[in-house]
Amino acid sequence: MAGVVARVSGPVVLAEGLEGAKMFDVVRVGELGLVGEIIRLIGSVATVQVYEDTTGIRPGDPVENTGQALSVELGPGLLKSIYDGVQRPLDVLQANLGDFISRGFVAPALDEKKVWEFDATAKVGSEVSGGAILGTVQETPLIVHKVMVPPGLAGTLSDLKSGSYTVRDRIGSVAVSGRKTPLGLSHKWIVRVPRPVKSKLAPSLPLITGQRVIDTFFPVAKGGTACIPGPFGSGKTVCQQQLAKWSDADVVVYVGCGERGNEMTEVLATFPKLLDPKSGRPLMDRTILIANTSNMPVAAREASVYTGITLAEYYRDMGYDVALMADSTSRWAEAMREISGRLEEMPGEEGYPAYLGRRVAEFYERAGRVVTLSPEDRNGSVTIVGAVSPAGGDTSEPVSQNTLRVARVFWALDASLASRRHFPSINWLQSYSLYAGDLEGYFRTKVAADWVALRQKALELLQKESELQEIVQLVGVDALPEREKAILDVARMIREDYLQQSAYDDIDTYTSINKQYRMLRAILTFGDQEQQAIQRGGTVAQISKLPVRTRLARMKSIPEKDATAAFDALDGESAQALAQIATGGT
Amino acid sequence: MAQAKSGPKSAPEINVPIDYRTIDRVTGPLLFVREVANAAYGEIVEIQLPTGERRQGQVLDSRKGLAIVQVFGPTMGMNVTETSVKFLGRVARLPVSDELLGRVFNGLGEPRDGGPKIVSDQEFEIVGNAMNPYSREEPSEFIQTGLSCIDVMNTLVRGQKLPIFSAAGLPHNQVAAQIVRQAKLRDSSESFAVVFAAMGITSEEANYFLREFEATGALERTVVFLNLSSDPSMERVITPRMALTAAEYLAYERDLHVLVLMTDMTSYCEALREIASAREEVPGRRGYPGYLYTDLATLYERAGKIKGRKGSITQFPILTMPADDVTHPIPDLTGYITEGQMFVSRELQRRGVYPAIDPLPSLSRLMNQGIGKGRTREDHRGVADQLFASYAIGKDQRALSAIVGEESLSDVDRAYLKFADRFEREFLNQRPDEDRTIDESLRIGWLLLSDLPESELKRIKPEFIQQYYKPTTADAPA
Repeated sequence: MAGVVARVSGPVVLAEGLEGAKMFDVVRVGELGLVGEIIRLIGSVATVQVYEDTTGIRPGDPVENTGQALSVELGPGLLKSIYDGVQRPLDVLQANLGDFISRGFVAPALDEKKVWEFDATAKVGSEVSGGAILGTVQETPLIVHKVMVPPGLAGTLSDLKSGSYTVRDRIGSVAVSGRKTPLGLSHKWIVRVPRPVKSKLAPSLPLITGQRVIDTFFPVAKGGTACIPGPFGSGKTVCQQQLAKWSDADVVVYVGCGERGNEMTEVLATFPKLLDPKSGRPLMDRTILIANTSNMPVAAREASVYTGITLAEYYRDMGYDVALMADSTSRWAEAMREISGRLEEMPGEEGYPAYLGRRVAEFYERAGRVVTLSPEDRNGSVTIVGAVSPAGGDTSEPVSQNTLRVARVFWALDASLASRRHFPSINWLQSYSLYAGDLEGYFRTKVAADWVALRQKALELLQKESELQEIVQLVGVDALPEREKAILDVARMIREDYLQQSAYDDIDTYTSINKQYRMLRAILTFGDQEQQAIQRGGTVAQISKLPVRTRLARMKSIPEKDATAAFDALDGESAQALAQIATGGT
Repeated sequence: MAQAKSGPKSAPEINVPIDYRTIDRVTGPLLFVREVANAAYGEIVEIQLPTGERRQGQVLDSRKGLAIVQVFGPTMGMNVTETSVKFLGRVARLPVSDELLGRVFNGLGEPRDGGPKIVSDQEFEIVGNAMNPYSREEPSEFIQTGLSCIDVMNTLVRGQKLPIFSAAGLPHNQVAAQIVRQAKLRDSSESFAVVFAAMGITSEEANYFLREFEATGALERTVVFLNLSSDPSMERVITPRMALTAAEYLAYERDLHVLVLMTDMTSYCEALREIASAREEVPGRRGYPGYLYTDLATLYERAGKIKGRKGSITQFPILTMPADDVTHPIPDLTGYITEGQMFVSRELQRRGVYPAIDPLPSLSRLMNQGIGKGRTREDHRGVADQLFASYAIGKDQRALSAIVGEESLSDVDRAYLKFADRFEREFLNQRPDEDRTIDESLRIGWLLLSDLPESELKRIKPEFIQQYYKPTTADAPA
């Protein structure tokens, strides 16, 4: 079924004579065999988006149809891997091609030589269906890989043996109405098709990230969706990386979509050195990286997001909580726009294709906490955190707006906070989390009964502060009554001593939820006592000079293990210091 | 690229060029050539005018029977009957050798200085393959530029791409020249090779740079690609690729550390827009093509370092923002690709501050890798953060005091106000020939911080405060 190139214009190639070609079939273009995908069919002419640079391709060059849609290979060996947008391992590319990626090279996604110890758990002779666990492989010291029957396959397990296998070996077979289908450690899945689930669950558990402004004020649920829009330089990438490092997901898939090469290198260099806070093992043991930097071909950038979510769904199906970080979905949308422009499609808003909103919604819909497809009940989740890079930070543009319609948490990054080095620069007045209500139950029972009230109070103080600031701009701070100056004082403490968190400080980079509670309570209690002191006749100027203020400002650097004792002492100290204000002779 | 040759297969080449006299249409910079069987995408063509003059072009779109060719240069004098087009069967290349150093070329890589053509058996394709992110080495070597506002606040490292965002009437050229003159690794006298790509700048600006390079003896380690405003705008699309190819050769084959200065990126993007509109493409924002991001990325991402190779490429693109607007597509997309930016501020310039780089909107994303103990100094991170925060507060107080008067500020607020003024005058401001060491810059930073009460220094670790904080009792408010 070989066709020929009829036209080439950048990443878009028209091919003639591909009989029987189907939409989204993968084709190989030219003598080099560049990988592409059919995205439009008109008569016998197929439009192909090519995942590699098309320089040198000319009309008349051969085009071969593989007859299969763009798929990823799912099996042991995914973790610790670093892929490009179409699941080619970058280390294999380097070994074969050198430091620059030349074209037309196909590499197996999983190491074909590596031998895995497979421990069969399913019983021979039993009825199995898609999602049923056949057995396990210890993929990394942190993650047990559950080998499952591929979705769509059902029948009698006719044979299955424990032993040492590679991903190419046959481990057993399923008899489907008398015909045997071989089983392996791996199977393929089409990236643009969501993996099926039994049902979706309501969000009820938070994804704990160790980032105070997120966990306390704008939490995301396991299986939830969040978006981080922000102009360049506002700390999007650092936020994403902090979540990838510290969130309590079992598996993290990090998609660098149109990212900077040097930043991707930073991820590649730091992740293997970072230790998982729970197990003390390298974080890479539970991480998959997908790096399609901005100078790599644009069509592969479009595919990278789908590659990432499919890998995430696969681990979800095993029963794990997976977090997918996509940085940045704007680059993905721009790839769509670029290809749409080459197809000469009628543009929608700002040149983006009319189907932008649908694609964005479809992608976020693949998140969720689910009951997986399997005979026994198993829960897993995929949480999506998508960065958006709006032009000039103006979120009225189409990608941000389409994302906000579907994502339920909005972390609004603020350039003015970033420029005064308030990090993470998440604006506390504009951001929201629609999960806050869903998660109240968890925080009440697992953290503290007064958690919800404390959070509410802190948010109100910050809101009040912004109102008072407007007055201060007009009349100066001295015109305010002491009571209101005290509100400004405590709001400033919340901003500086609580919300600001350094990603580069060894202790401050991660704050457990219990320490978060103690920190917030310490500040708000101080605020209450400050108000009492002022009622007795104290002044904010007096109170801001108390030595305990410096101690409160340094709460961040209290190590987790000393937290309880240290906070008990601190609470006592600040109560004592404030009690002495405006009593007796002062 | 030489690297491309080492790949398993290389692009097939046809070596029998045919002359086509089948030009159908000439619009703007584009030629539509009919009856072409199989022009390759990106193929270089030679166009012969009725007068015998030859010009170069490149295939932008190829289908059976039609090739659209972008002409590097004016289309003046071309006609549809007598002009012929020869498809050369190869993509654009630059011959490379050590002879490149000290030479001046035009935007297409042809000698402009009257010297001989570069002859070499090594020729690199100018559209480089993408560097494998896995092969990159994390940039971490601190480059001392001698400018406090960069070294302390937004540190530059080898292999970084850090653009200068400027606008008409601001001293970006002076700043760039000073950086090129002073840039060095700490405790090293090893100097950088310089590749200078000028796109659409005036001859005055070009002469300024050439004089600067000459005066400091940098010219013999400099390669210049010059496309002036009077030169054909279409050449500009090729110029930065020529320059970066030369830089890659010097860095990865000849082990040199290369600074690439590209100015003015705005002219480059305008040339792209010119082609896009001639092709009647669907425009993105402000008429720029939808692929502007991808196109810029293929330039900027060629900065970096490779594991196991000695050289490095550090990029300084300069762009002028139309109407000082940072949300304009060019600075906006650039900011999303580069590792930070340096903002030249009109406000600071009006206050008489040189180099007028405003640290607040400026950013170096790779700063953390390059600073700290063993690289600059252990207190660097904290000092930089504290200076940032204090200057931001000081500027707020300045705005506030303009409304409510300085008297109604508190003591602490007044200390910040004073800090902001001194910070601009003593820290940011320096002479164009002043080359400060990092220790000197940090010393000035501490000197200014010592005017603030100790309790305000929340960003610095207590042990460093103890070591470096020396309040001048007379000035410090209680």
